[in-house]
Amino acid sequence: METKNIMIVGVGGQGTLLTSRILGGITIKAGFDVKLSEVHGMAQRGGSVVTFVRYGDKVNEPIVEEGQADVLIAFERLEALRYAHFLKKDGVLVVNDQRIDPMPVVIGAAKYPEGIIEELEKKYKVLKVNAMEEALKLGNSRTFNIIVLGMAAKHMDFKKEDWLEVIENTVPPKTIDINKQAFEVGYSL
Amino acid sequence: MSEKKLMLGNEAIARGAYEAGVKVSAAYPGTPSTEISENIVKYEEIYCEWSPNEKVAMEVAIGASMAGVRSLVSMKHVGVNVASDPLYTVSYIGVSGGLVLVAADDPGMYSSQNEQDSRAVARAAHIPVIEPSDSAEAKEFIKYAYDISEKYDTPVMFRTTTRIAHSQGLVELEDRCEPIDIPYTKNVAKNVMMPGNAIKRHPVVEAREKQMAIDGADFPINRIEMNDTKIGVITSGIPYQYVKEALPTASVLKLGCVNPLPKQMIIDFSKKVDKLYIIEELDPIIEEQVKSWGIECTGKEILTIQGEYSTNMLKKAILGQELQIEQKADVPVRPPILCPGCPHRSTFYTLNKLKIHAAGDIGCYTLGAVAPLSVVETTVCMGSSISTLHGMEKAKGKEYIKDWVAVIGDSTFMHTGVNSLMNMFYNQGTGTVLILDNSTTGMTGHQDHAATGKTLRGEIVPAIDLYKLCHDGIGIENTRIVNAFDTKALEAAIKEEVARDAVSVIIVQAPCALLKSNKPKPAFHIDTDKCKRCYMCMKPACPAITKADDGTVSINATMCNGCGLCEGQCKFGAILR
Repeated sequence: METKNIMIVGVGGQGTLLTSRILGGITIKAGFDVKLSEVHGMAQRGGSVVTFVRYGDKVNEPIVEEGQADVLIAFERLEALRYAHFLKKDGVLVVNDQRIDPMPVVIGAAKYPEGIIEELEKKYKVLKVNAMEEALKLGNSRTFNIIVLGMAAKHMDFKKEDWLEVIENTVPPKTIDINKQAFEVGYSL
Repeated sequence: MSEKKLMLGNEAIARGAYEAGVKVSAAYPGTPSTEISENIVKYEEIYCEWSPNEKVAMEVAIGASMAGVRSLVSMKHVGVNVASDPLYTVSYIGVSGGLVLVAADDPGMYSSQNEQDSRAVARAAHIPVIEPSDSAEAKEFIKYAYDISEKYDTPVMFRTTTRIAHSQGLVELEDRCEPIDIPYTKNVAKNVMMPGNAIKRHPVVEAREKQMAIDGADFPINRIEMNDTKIGVITSGIPYQYVKEALPTASVLKLGCVNPLPKQMIIDFSKKVDKLYIIEELDPIIEEQVKSWGIECTGKEILTIQGEYSTNMLKKAILGQELQIEQKADVPVRPPILCPGCPHRSTFYTLNKLKIHAAGDIGCYTLGAVAPLSVVETTVCMGSSISTLHGMEKAKGKEYIKDWVAVIGDSTFMHTGVNSLMNMFYNQGTGTVLILDNSTTGMTGHQDHAATGKTLRGEIVPAIDLYKLCHDGIGIENTRIVNAFDTKALEAAIKEEVARDAVSVIIVQAPCALLKSNKPKPAFHIDTDKCKRCYMCMKPACPAITKADDGTVSINATMCNGCGLCEGQCKFGAILR
């Protein structure tokens, strides 16, 4: 199989590392070679963060480059826009319709762009979800990233039961049930 | 089939050390090396510790090696500078049990103040350098590094980069080998490096390096992948992975040992290919040596000494192929910021209000340089805040620094800041030092240190008391403790101490907002009826407070951790819990 390229982007603290761990787990379960690349350290402090996941028969490079992503999972709108050019022409963008103002916007030095999703829809296949709203319906705002992952999962090569099993093995024991529910919500959207 | 596991490069290094029978590990946290120790601690068989700085960690590892067991010391690239004093001399001494130093370089400066190449230090210290290109090799090569260390009686540098350290790949798990425990024997000629002994060791170092350059052709970690001979590439580390994707048909000499270079192997390889490229991130360490042997090759003429490489970059530089990609959107940057509830915000906001300049240091609080707080004006290296402020005073006089302070974190203070404070006191400086005591090493992800009362292995131990250290130990009369969120008291303390003609220390205390032990208080919200839209609450630049396009201010309840800094700014009582 040709190597598949997945990217997860968001704001430091949104849980990109947990999501990438679940992705890593499912690719191994399916018997693929896999490489993941993460960001630790200073950039994690509320900055723009990106995680790369590549899987296939044999993977060398651990990063996804511009114009190469099959699936881009964005936990925030502005981050979706920042990294959209990493998508292949027929790539899928899964975006959480949430706004988190970066510091230049907070202090009035820059403006948060309007109509991001509408713009992106002109160029790419876009699936959007207000995952925070869905997560609050479930009663746990922290599960929003698993809802987004559930939505993206439909565009990858793995069975739903396998996803649920990997989630069970990856998330903290106390949160297994709520995270599985969150995945189901995303998967059914 | 043996078990395969997805592992970070750093996790694989820890696993390799375990399998190699390592018994002692020491380190100071530093991105991208921190997770090595955080994974080693999971192996009960290995004694491991956070040392106060990299020099101490290096010496702990040297002692363990001298005593006869395998030891590991790990640090980020700039930590190698701190450890370089013992490193250069242990090169002469050699080892009893194998000794490996992991040096984690940071091309692209994801979390560092420079982009130095640790291989240059190893060359200067005449020690071998082993470099893996993914997690699987990280585990395998570290075991080989111990064999090399003991066979050639030398410390070994194991060099990684951020992309190796923080990428995950599949690693095959094996059993731990029976750890060696060589009986200690007194050997003054080898272990006491006074001139008369050292002068006899230097020729040993030279002979060792020459022998390794010959033997390197037979090291299994140096390998040739012969393919089409039009293009030949010499590479190592992560660039090897980019070469395999960009130039799948090229012949490759992949070096696992990059110092000393296997000279004859390289000469032979160069003769077999039409055009030779040297592909290495950062400095032309391999390239300059190969060129010095009269071998024609291309490297930094078409590639940079800055940042990380990639497959596309190599395709463009070597094959002239450029991928058609969509234009990058022009969007506002999202730099890292102090977290909601961070005690540093309160301190910097107070300094900003008082128009005080800060000599800064290495840690989350370096972010105090960023708008709108914009207080930190210098950052050089670990511990430098206090000494640079002292230097300013000696250059311009004590009146000049009446509107300056040094800011330094508790962990950084214990690292090397305490030396600078001793110097300021001894040489009759009058500076004001703010120790931003958040009870942890924050930026690297919450590691304990000598003043937190807990070790890497989770043991509860007596904490070094920062107040007593400064007041009773060094003898600084004007030492006091202030709560970081008590802005009135903090303001008064700073005003009083900067005016004083003597060294003073203000220990500004409040735990890091992300510490698990620090339970957040209930979130605040804004009563829009009471809010007069003066925007004073936004001055400290907390990311949990935002202004909508219509001018209304709101607090994000999931982000707010109830620190109360904004509440203190509101004159209208509009911010409520």
